Amino acid sequence: MGFEGIGASVKRKEDGRFLAGRGNYVDDMRQTGQLHAVIKRSDRPHAKILSIDTAAAAAAPGVVAVYTGADMAAEGIGGLPCGWQIHNKDGSPMAEPPHPVLAVGKVRHVGDSVAVVIAETRQQAKDAAELLVIDYEDLPAIASVRDAVAPGAARVHDEVADNQCYDWHIGDKAIVDAAFARAKHVVKLDLLNNRLIPNAMEPRAAIGDCDVAGNYTLYTTSQNPHVIRLLMGAFVLHIPEHQLRVVAPDVGGGFGSKIYHYAEEAIVTWAAGKLRRPVRWTAERSESFITDAHGRDHDSTAEMALDEAGNFLALRVRSLCNMGAYLSTFGPAVPTYLYATLLAGVYKTPAIYAEVRAVFTNTVPVDAYRGAGRPEATYLLERLVDTIAHDTGLDRVELRRRNFIPADAFPYQTPVALQYDSGDYVATLESALKAADWAGFPARRRAAAARGKLRGIGMSTYVEACGIAPSHVVGSLGARAGLYEVAEIRVHPTGSVSVFTGTHSHGQGHETTFAQLIAAQLGVPMSQVDVVHGDTAKIPFGMGTYGSRSLPVGGSAIVKAVDKIIAKGKKIAAHLMEASVDDIEFKDGKFTVIGTDRSKALAEISLAAYVPHNYPIDELEPGLDETAFYDPKNFTFPGGCHICEIEIDADTGVPHVVNFVAVDDVGRVINPMIVEGQVQGGVAQGIGQALIENAVYDSAGQLVTGSFMDYNMPRADNVPNIHVGTETTLCTHNPLGVKGCGEVGAIGSPPAVINAVVDALSDYGVRHIDMPASPQKIWSIIQAGRPALAAE
Amino acid sequence: MPQVSLTVNGKAHKVEVEGRTLLVELLREKLGLTGTHVGCDTSQCGACVVHVDGNSTKSCSMLAIQAEGCSITTIEGLAKADGTLHPMQEMFREHHALQCGFCTPGMVMSAIDLVKMHPQGLSEAEIREGLEGNLCRCTGYHNIVKAIAAAWPLMHGHAMPAAAE
Ligand code: FES
Ligand code: FES
Repeated sequence: MGFEGIGASVKRKEDGRFLAGRGNYVDDMRQTGQLHAVIKRSDRPHAKILSIDTAAAAAAPGVVAVYTGADMAAEGIGGLPCGWQIHNKDGSPMAEPPHPVLAVGKVRHVGDSVAVVIAETRQQAKDAAELLVIDYEDLPAIASVRDAVAPGAARVHDEVADNQCYDWHIGDKAIVDAAFARAKHVVKLDLLNNRLIPNAMEPRAAIGDCDVAGNYTLYTTSQNPHVIRLLMGAFVLHIPEHQLRVVAPDVGGGFGSKIYHYAEEAIVTWAAGKLRRPVRWTAERSESFITDAHGRDHDSTAEMALDEAGNFLALRVRSLCNMGAYLSTFGPAVPTYLYATLLAGVYKTPAIYAEVRAVFTNTVPVDAYRGAGRPEATYLLERLVDTIAHDTGLDRVELRRRNFIPADAFPYQTPVALQYDSGDYVATLESALKAADWAGFPARRRAAAARGKLRGIGMSTYVEACGIAPSHVVGSLGARAGLYEVAEIRVHPTGSVSVFTGTHSHGQGHETTFAQLIAAQLGVPMSQVDVVHGDTAKIPFGMGTYGSRSLPVGGSAIVKAVDKIIAKGKKIAAHLMEASVDDIEFKDGKFTVIGTDRSKALAEISLAAYVPHNYPIDELEPGLDETAFYDPKNFTFPGGCHICEIEIDADTGVPHVVNFVAVDDVGRVINPMIVEGQVQGGVAQGIGQALIENAVYDSAGQLVTGSFMDYNMPRADNVPNIHVGTETTLCTHNPLGVKGCGEVGAIGSPPAVINAVVDALSDYGVRHIDMPASPQKIWSIIQAGRPALAAE
Repeated sequence: MPQVSLTVNGKAHKVEVEGRTLLVELLREKLGLTGTHVGCDTSQCGACVVHVDGNSTKSCSMLAIQAEGCSITTIEGLAKADGTLHPMQEMFREHHALQCGFCTPGMVMSAIDLVKMHPQGLSEAEIREGLEGNLCRCTGYHNIVKAIAAAWPLMHGHAMPAAAE
């Protein structure tokens, strides 16, 4: 075995089973006596349910039960809870209308759950669902944020005036207004952050089970099984936690969309309890499109006040953000604390004021999708900076440098609450400029022009916030959850190790990275380390994986637990070697009496701990098994520079990304291979957002892009090779110095791509282009610009 | 109910299916071969790709009864009996060409066929075009393309002709 310490690109432990087709995803599980649930979806964006006739469906072959919202309401089943409460400018709480598991009285988006049919086979359930007769009375639908705030707009929820969930702000308006009043230049930009559909390749699935004693198990495609157990058990189904086990086995990608507590989890669990048989449900992809939480969907205006020299004086932002028809678990937090708090970006802008209005629409609920709020902030800022360069004639690289928070200014307090602990934005910029050969671009542009291509280059310099914390701070901001993480380390009698982590891997490779970490710290080979996650019956209460928190928060919990193991091991070693604890050091898997050759291997210590014949039993409990909870002191702040080079076919308007460079500072890197993979995957999603992906509703509220034929997913020939580099400054407040790498790709890339597109079209008088920069939009710009160009 | 006789991973099966049963349903539900995945309902994602008589085929776009007499290979049937992985599986591991693993079985099956069909060699652009029918949301394709290029010489037993690279 090669070097497997921290910093080595160790091959992944989990790959063996995935490559052999032996993964264990929810839909791969089989239960004896299982039943199949098919959920009847609303095909109406907004309608009253006048009646549901279930008779024919209930009588169809194989059908065991049909339930509607009325059946659940009759049993006192609660609605789906929201995990974050935002307050309005005036201090009042946001509007939080009920979110029934199965619709009661009304449907509010295409895809809303109306009834469930449960049968012996999936086909029988599907056939029977077709026999449900639902009488609707259509209501006017709100399809977009602009519709929602139009005067006289229909209400998505009768009790919510103006469709407004909240009207929130951050920053000091008076200071900002004063800065604008004395500014030399003001640059203003209106921009949309397009709505996206996460589309993890594994569709969501859930299996509910209930034994004779009333103990429930839910197998679900979740990023955070404990959170699901808490939300569903306590707020929806009222099942005490000791009687509810939630298992999230292998999960085929999440990107945020599998954080939330979804209706189907409650439906199958509840039905399993009623029928005392396992009940399973798996989304068909067309169902995923209309039920998985969507992402982004902001409509914003940004204004920067500048002095003569191009120094940023103040930033003013207004955003109108879509919550969808109901509040998804963390929806309200995304356009507020995960977005507006990042509006300083990498710049020392002294004053910032942002107003965010979130509204309900008759669309699928919107929540966090890879990056969650931070891509929206980054896109807004980095487009604004390029627009400032465009309007003032300042060089875009120079403009950024001039306004960067300098490397010696950390810790740096921004005007929007966050305090960045570390970073070096010049270092990532320089490294990216070099890797992308920025200086050589003009020659490449000329060469492309000779081939009839329009070539452009664009960059973004960004910072983001990961490992959202500390718990008491997020609590004061409205989070209804703690945001610590837990790890239990069990050294077995013969010295192999199991680690139980509250984080969850759905592609990130924790079984490898965490094993690598523990192997390095305890001095055991990786093959002797087993990483266990995703089962509330095995693991202490953990918070799961999102916001790139697994290593900064979960890894820190592991380090804390390792420290406890070593501390206890030293006491045992001291006893065995008749030395003082202070004279014992632990290194490379051995406890040694300092300055002697007397030592005990970890396995000898663990054996003594479990067979405590010769053991300090009066002072020390037997066993070598330690649990640690880690609550971070601050967020972590990864940052970096992304550069995109693009060629546009002048005749067709088709853009082609020809080079992409991402240089990120993610803190200490444990496994560079995995970090590169995370960045590349994120960048592909960012290129997707910038160029091709778009969730489109028509004005009546129907999702037009409801399949892979209509929703454009990045395919292998839409993305280039992605060059990944790192420049490291360490996080100063967690024990590993790590910052998180899961989202940087999706955060840094979209503005780099659009900046490149705008640059490529610079001769055509274009100042801004909204995402996705489709061939049609680009072609129209080229066509419109041609006469002007010819006239010159 | 109609019956279908077919060979899967070298083993003969006779299975009762409905007329509308898809090949992927037969594999997953009747034979318990859950390595072949279902990622969509419009034949767009390629998670379900298997080899039917040696050709890569989306098993969601074929009825089970159409497989009468066919020889099917799924991801479970690629490795040798002693567990030795197929070179494509090896290269996927070597080059970190999988993250969540959900697209992987279909990706590997497609990739093997792609390499086989190109004895003259494969350029990066050809690999990317050849993967048109397979979606991966995790990797950004970079490492998948690398893995396939690396598997080519292993599968063909000699270095890739220089012109193709
Ligand atoms: S399941 Fe998507 S193509 Fe077959
Ligand atoms: S590895 Fe997750 S979809 Fe490809």
